[in-house]
Amino acid sequence: MSQVPLTHILFVSTALFFIGMYGLFTRRNMITMLMSVELILNSVNINFVAFNKYLYPGALEGLFFTLFIIAIAAAEAAVAIAIIINLYRNFRSIDVEDADELKF
Amino acid sequence: MSASVIVFYVLSAFILVTGLLAVTSRQLFRSAIWLLFSLTGIAGLYFWLDLEFIAAVQVVVYVGGIVVLIIFSIFLTQQAGKDLPRPLRTRAFFSASAVCIGFLLTSLMIRQYGFPLPPAGGKTDMGIATIGTQLLSTSGQGYALPFEVISILLLAAMIACIVIAIKIKPGEK
Repeated sequence: MSQVPLTHILFVSTALFFIGMYGLFTRRNMITMLMSVELILNSVNINFVAFNKYLYPGALEGLFFTLFIIAIAAAEAAVAIAIIINLYRNFRSIDVEDADELKF
Repeated sequence: MSASVIVFYVLSAFILVTGLLAVTSRQLFRSAIWLLFSLTGIAGLYFWLDLEFIAAVQVVVYVGGIVVLIIFSIFLTQQAGKDLPRPLRTRAFFSASAVCIGFLLTSLMIRQYGFPLPPAGGKTDMGIATIGTQLLSTSGQGYALPFEVISILLLAAMIACIVIAIKIKPGEK
């Protein structure tokens, strides 16, 4: 583990973050946008864990942040999917371009 | 170059390739499966970093929970076998260039910032017992309060999901 420098792990997480950003920019389907958000959150988790492991080996803070981010991501995904299903009932589509009314 | 280093680069390539396929595949279900592989690769990366507990949580919550939820919602909302529309050419071009420029800038910054080496000998064990003790301790270093707050948050999210997705029959109000 110690033979790989920290910067290489950061490169991986940066690349994953921007892959998620690309998906968020190009996709117009709500489920795929949600998947891109999950990729972004995972890249942040990798960053937290790598910083904790390499720079502060005596602490556990980054690890706890990762745990809390995973819990909040689970709650966020559940709420997002409830909203998507509700939108599908009203618009018969989960494309963000079709959901153009605030109240129906 | 030892085996550990090779394992890291193979895992990273796996994560990035499957992540890229997850955001570019035009079949929604395949996209979800690629996301599943990518998240499993990240769990492998946590194993590589000797963080067994985080890896287990990643597998249980992400791979076992969120991806299954996403696949369920795909089945509920999508006509099976229909391809997603291709993204607009200009939009794909501009987002790809923005993403490439952002990646280049960030990696330039990472490369220029020399991270200090960790102090030798300050290694603590990151085992499950240590994590559990600190997570639930009420002392200065403990995380008991955020733990309770997150449990309330999960409860609120669960109730909110039921309220949002519940179906009101047209007759009753």
